[in-house]
Amino acid sequence: MVAATGSALAFPLLSMLVFIPAVGALAVTLMPRRRPEYAKLTAAVASVATGALTVWATQAFDTADDGFQFVSRHPWIEAWGISWHLGVDGISLFLVLLTGLLFPLAILGIDPHNDDPARDKPYFAWLLLLEAGVMGSFISLDLFLFFVFFEIVLVPMYFLIGGWGYEGRVYAATKFFLYTMVGSAFMLVSILATVFIARNNGLGYVTFDLVELANEAEFAASTGRWLFFGFAVAFAVKVPVFPLHTWLPDAHTQAPTAGSVVLAGVMLKLGTYGMLRFGLYLFPEAAYWSRYLWLTLATIGIIYGAIAATMQKDLKRLVAYSSVAHLGFIVLGTFAFTTQAITGSVIQMVNHGVSTGALFLMVGMIYERRHTRQIAELNGIQKVAPIFAAAFMVVMLSSIGVPGLNGFVGEFLVLIGSFATARWWVVIAATGVILAALYLLWAYQRVFHGEPDEENATFRELRWGEAMVILPFLAAIFFAGLYPKPMLDRIEPAVDALVERVAEHTDFEIPTPTIAGEDDR
Amino acid sequence: MLDALWLIPAAPLAGFILILLFGRRLGEPAAGYLAATMVAVSFAVTVGVFFDLLGNDEHHREHVLTLFSWVPVGDLQIDMALLADPLSITMALFITGIGSLIHLFAIGYMHGDPKFSKFFLYLNLFVFSMLMLVLGENLLVTFLGWEGVGACSYFLISFWHTRPSAATAGKKAFVTNRIGDWGVMLAMFLGFTTVGSVSYGALNHAAEEGGIATSTATGIALLLFVGAVGKSAQLPLYLWLPDAMEGPTPVSALIHAATMVTAGVFLMTRMNPMLAAAADWAPEIIAWTGAITALFAASIAVAQNDIKKVLAYSTVSQLGYMFLAVGSGAYVAAIFHMVTHAFFKALMFLGSGSVIHGMHEEQDMRRMGALRVMMPVTAGTFIIGWLAIAGVPPFAGFWSKDEILLFTLASSPVLYVIGLITAILTAYYMTRQVLMVFFGEARWESHAEDHGAHGEFRPHESPPVMLAPLVVLAGLSIVGGVIQLPSFGIIPKGWRHKLEDWLHPVVEPGEAVIKGTSAYDAKVWLAVLAIVCALSGIALAVAVYGRRRLRAIEPQLLADGWRYDAGVSAFMGGPGRRAFDALARFDARVVDGAVNGVATLVASTSGRVRRLQTGNVRSYAGIVGAGVVLVLIWFVIVRGVL
Repeated sequence: MVAATGSALAFPLLSMLVFIPAVGALAVTLMPRRRPEYAKLTAAVASVATGALTVWATQAFDTADDGFQFVSRHPWIEAWGISWHLGVDGISLFLVLLTGLLFPLAILGIDPHNDDPARDKPYFAWLLLLEAGVMGSFISLDLFLFFVFFEIVLVPMYFLIGGWGYEGRVYAATKFFLYTMVGSAFMLVSILATVFIARNNGLGYVTFDLVELANEAEFAASTGRWLFFGFAVAFAVKVPVFPLHTWLPDAHTQAPTAGSVVLAGVMLKLGTYGMLRFGLYLFPEAAYWSRYLWLTLATIGIIYGAIAATMQKDLKRLVAYSSVAHLGFIVLGTFAFTTQAITGSVIQMVNHGVSTGALFLMVGMIYERRHTRQIAELNGIQKVAPIFAAAFMVVMLSSIGVPGLNGFVGEFLVLIGSFATARWWVVIAATGVILAALYLLWAYQRVFHGEPDEENATFRELRWGEAMVILPFLAAIFFAGLYPKPMLDRIEPAVDALVERVAEHTDFEIPTPTIAGEDDR
Repeated sequence: MLDALWLIPAAPLAGFILILLFGRRLGEPAAGYLAATMVAVSFAVTVGVFFDLLGNDEHHREHVLTLFSWVPVGDLQIDMALLADPLSITMALFITGIGSLIHLFAIGYMHGDPKFSKFFLYLNLFVFSMLMLVLGENLLVTFLGWEGVGACSYFLISFWHTRPSAATAGKKAFVTNRIGDWGVMLAMFLGFTTVGSVSYGALNHAAEEGGIATSTATGIALLLFVGAVGKSAQLPLYLWLPDAMEGPTPVSALIHAATMVTAGVFLMTRMNPMLAAAADWAPEIIAWTGAITALFAASIAVAQNDIKKVLAYSTVSQLGYMFLAVGSGAYVAAIFHMVTHAFFKALMFLGSGSVIHGMHEEQDMRRMGALRVMMPVTAGTFIIGWLAIAGVPPFAGFWSKDEILLFTLASSPVLYVIGLITAILTAYYMTRQVLMVFFGEARWESHAEDHGAHGEFRPHESPPVMLAPLVVLAGLSIVGGVIQLPSFGIIPKGWRHKLEDWLHPVVEPGEAVIKGTSAYDAKVWLAVLAIVCALSGIALAVAVYGRRRLRAIEPQLLADGWRYDAGVSAFMGGPGRRAFDALARFDARVVDGAVNGVATLVASTSGRVRRLQTGNVRSYAGIVGAGVVLVLIWFVIVRGVL
């Protein structure tokens, strides 16, 4: 089974991924008030260093190993069996990389527009704390530790939305915070119950260690289902799964650009990632048992999100609703239980982060120029800013899922992998690709095509500085679309292990084609 | 030359990249010549590959070039691989051949456009995508090209994007095509789930071996046909093609007549073993869709006044013929007609472009007339195209249309009659167009006044760079039929069925299927009947529009395309939009309303405990945050985890 061992590194790589941004946040906070310009510098250094480490981890990752790598394990609260247990496998690797790369871009590339330079300090401190929390969530292999990081994330995001957001920020931040907290409450109860029930069922001692729980604990089917439900609610809110999604458009729309980029890019994936790591892995029976519910909600989300996106008048809200649709694909693939589908889900998590992150970034640039997000007030931008329009077009086509660009790979794998186990859901979900073209192209037409009116005639072309921020996104869009093999090679072993685990614990049979394809052509 | 297969798509891709990087510096006309050269290089390589394959015996005319592993996950192993075989090379030959001619024409046509180099940027990207589509070794590589041509078509239709009608037409084309793409995707999923591969070789092999259940094969074939209906503009999804005429005319010629719209026919031919393994009613659906579309579109073309709209509806109609052929099992005839149609329709679109150019952007045929005097080359070549599409021997269109009709009669007399009526209508509306544009009295004075040219306005012939492609295409439209001459007594044995022999490894020989049927025995008389129909269509049009002996019948209903487009638009803009709006309101009021309702309820019932709790989320968050920080500090300092 999934082994808790990994390459024994002298250098605590994963711990550093959490500590560098956390220490950076502390340093920014303790910085003298008179020198606010150092805040951004410190944040940049900390996030770039973290990013470099994630790149290194991706490169050093062993594609033949389906278990956790770079494992770091130290006892913490021994009486309760809580430990500082970190590790990364194919499912989390690219989320870690995405987090590592997205934060430096957000910190360096997006101007928070603080009128008072002193406000730079808290802004960058919150961003770094957010990075530490997100990073920690993706690499924690201890339920308690995961919960701590999962909750930490809320705090900086709340302050970022509330402090640097737009006109409706207080409502949005409050809604975001309370909604997610309610979900987390379910998870906390489930975590505690899991640990104590596991002690009495096969384990014999109290531990929060994910791997030990997964390997040793024997839950009765009904117990497992209740426990799974608690986790699932928290994750479903975070994803968000229809109908728990209404915090998302508000939070996204009101968040400052960097907040939206991070929110869409990595934070939503805490939900889908958690579903795989703590849902399917820990409770395969319950996940499999409840699959039709999730498949149905996911499919509704895909169609519903797309239709709602079509009718939005606010560009940022439109992108937010498109996230609901895109995340639906991830949930669909997760509960289809085939290697292709789950690999597709994982790669879609990363690709959605890139595409939607870039979309929010560019919508932010539009807002900086025009001080509006209303589609009706924008027009003819392609005529005055063709390069900006071209960059937006590429990002948009990637979001629509045009083959050759990154967005397609995940959607395609999810759908083709789910077809064997969830045929009719796929038939409906695939219509989402039609709707995606509809809402994005319609928005593009209204914003970019036509003759610009007086206000839009002076729309500024993409500047070099902005181009430098966009270029890494574009590079990722083409690379992941044309040559996803390095990613797939790293993701697949862990997914295979997970699929086999589900098959072992349930009556699920891994589907094989009825006729073997001929490989000797 | 086979090893240089990758160069076929790589050359236009290189052109795209070069223009992307240096397009502005190259400017006009260098960017255009660069783009045209790249496509010409591609054509030269294709010719080389063609002769290589021709040199092999017919069972070794297949060459797969694997570039790299594209999407490998478990059982699903998809390579970025190219397949050179008679079918793909036939397609590549006319795509690159006609493509380079159209690039050349566009250098003249786009003269003076501020986005000159951008036009060729898109055009090269299109040719690259189209070549990936036909050269793909598996459905996914084809799908890459399939969506790529769709995207390029979108860029090029809305090329003059400041015009709202162009922007809308581009969007409509993309979204409508996506409906078809849904079908192609599902066909891939079903194919993979059944066979474990999406490569043509594996899928077709399984179908030929009888390993695929009839219901599954039917599903795959019809889902692919859904894609074909979208891409090749058949009923009920043809709506985008007439609107696509908003794009510059070379685009209409290249994408919306000669190449992209034939992709559906190509796909069905590529997967013909799957169609053979499908239930009998599957090909019937395809044949009927094609026949009805052919007749429907031809009836609309009769009443159009826009020079390009006539050609657009004519294209829809001719594509219908090709599907009629596919559904009747006449794949060779379908490909044959695809090739001849590419010649004469590209010719006529470019000819109409030359007319529009010479008429200073006028597209209304009612304001043309007598242009043969001012534009002799354009008129002469256009007339050749007209004779070819009308089905007058010995021009190219006669042979291919005749072959389709022959096979149709062998499968269904009703379909044959529909095909014949369409042929009469085709001859009629094309004659009408030729007469309105090139003959009769000059009606362009009114146009001149509109443009404030006060009597100075004179249509002019186009420059040589535009006329040369017309002349070449006219030549091809005359002799194109030789690639597949029927087995009539007067035709020497060695000249017959060249295309069929060449395509044989890919598609079943057509002739053998219908040999012995009464239709086959009467084939010479059928040809005579087809000629009589073509001539009567022409005669009728001459009586109406030339001699003015009969009143023109152009009911508004036909001019409006049976109001189908208006009906769909009204539905989408009316009930469709209201339904979407209702959902958005439902989300805001009901789903989100419930959330806010719960929050309000909690707030109002917790009045008593309110004193304990400040109700201020900010302070909650602050406390949580502080707690977290304390935990972290404790953890680092006290436990010394690092």
